[in-house]
Amino acid sequence: MTTYGRGLRGLALATILTTTTALALVFFYAPLDADQGFIQKIFYIHVPLAIMSLCGFVIGALFAIGHLRTGDRRYDMRSYVAIHMSLIFGIAGLLAGSIWAKASWGHWWVWGDPTLVSFLIVLLLFATYQPLRFSIEDPERQARYASVFAIVAGAFVPLNFIAVRLSQGFVHPRVLTLSGGNLPGPMRLTFAVSLLAVALLFATLWKYELAAKNARIQVRRLRRELLGDDAVAPLRRSAAPS
Amino acid sequence: MRTARAVLRKDLLLELRTLETLPAMILFSITTFVIFHFALNRETIAGQLAAGVLVATLLFAAMLAINRLFVAEREQGGFDAFLLAPVDRTALLVAKAAALFTFLVVLEVIAVPAFALLLLGPSLGPPLGGLVLLLALADVALAVIGTLVSAIAVQTRARDLIGPIIGLPLLIPALIATARGAGPLLARHGAGFPSGRWLAILALYDVVFALLAYAVFDFLLED
Repeated sequence: MTTYGRGLRGLALATILTTTTALALVFFYAPLDADQGFIQKIFYIHVPLAIMSLCGFVIGALFAIGHLRTGDRRYDMRSYVAIHMSLIFGIAGLLAGSIWAKASWGHWWVWGDPTLVSFLIVLLLFATYQPLRFSIEDPERQARYASVFAIVAGAFVPLNFIAVRLSQGFVHPRVLTLSGGNLPGPMRLTFAVSLLAVALLFATLWKYELAAKNARIQVRRLRRELLGDDAVAPLRRSAAPS
Repeated sequence: MRTARAVLRKDLLLELRTLETLPAMILFSITTFVIFHFALNRETIAGQLAAGVLVATLLFAAMLAINRLFVAEREQGGFDAFLLAPVDRTALLVAKAAALFTFLVVLEVIAVPAFALLLLGPSLGPPLGGLVLLLALADVALAVIGTLVSAIAVQTRARDLIGPIIGLPLLIPALIATARGAGPLLARHGAGFPSGRWLAILALYDVVFALLAYAVFDFLLED
């Protein structure tokens, strides 16, 4: 019998520690932005959420490749949970971005920012992942089709960013680059710690959902073995792997 | 290749005899132009607005064909027959994408002149060559992504819904490139040829998705 929760406690503790450090740095260490003032601090939440969400989509695609190559259903479960978590992180990131846009540009939504627009398109695409899974009943086919979708959509992520960026005609300067080229040192450090915190949070939640799903499957199997097939309610149609 | 040609021939013959998909796409496009005329309340349109109307109409008309692409295979056991035959499965991808591409070209041969007649202000003559090239590249993207999406959606319970909701976001970058490339072509005294940037994006998009579709298509047919 496999124990799925192994390492979860350590990971959770590390997440709590890093998140607390990150929040402390955000509020007490990072300097106030000269132009935007206090609201700029949402950047330390918004950008890591968005980055982790995109990374999660790509990780989901990598697991999906693993699933199609090996036929091992555990990869499908990992891919599903990664994409599921990424959707949640993505929506949170989008909301945070919207608040930031309202505060600093005066509008809830700004079409001129290519990153925001690309992110919305990616999110719209991945939002169809669950409906797609749900509308295929056969679990084996559901897993296979979901993996095909995850791979295509994962490859779509960078392509989409290129196309949308080009469509803006390079007129909008990038306010904050990933390399931190125009971020002062304390801000860069705070950003790095925040990114680490959100990445750890993603890893913890991913592992936690995986453990919970696997535990449920195991309990079901044990109940069936001990009490007979009649004691276990038949599986309902579900978007999640089972 | 022989298999692909046989399946393509079957599809085109089927369409020629039943006339199910193409007339619907053409009627849909022309009706949409009429709707745009009233919705925008314009006699003629030009420039980026014209490009947007044209490209959006073609995109949604393509969705009709994408929804129907594999329906005959599913309902009449064509998938099983194809899997039983000792042939390369990629042939089905190639044949279906070619059939969809043909549908789109025929649609455009009729819908683009109709658009010029009904809505477009500037003459279509000078930029025609550039527009044909742009639309051909866009058709490849529509055909490849459409075939892939259709093959996924046809096995789901809600295939008419799943097809468009997956297909449209995937096609947004291609739509951006086509619409932005066509904008200057359809402007008064506009450019004669689309900017290389949009052609390059479309070509890149075509190549990447063709390779992707080639890589994953087999998994959609396994049973």
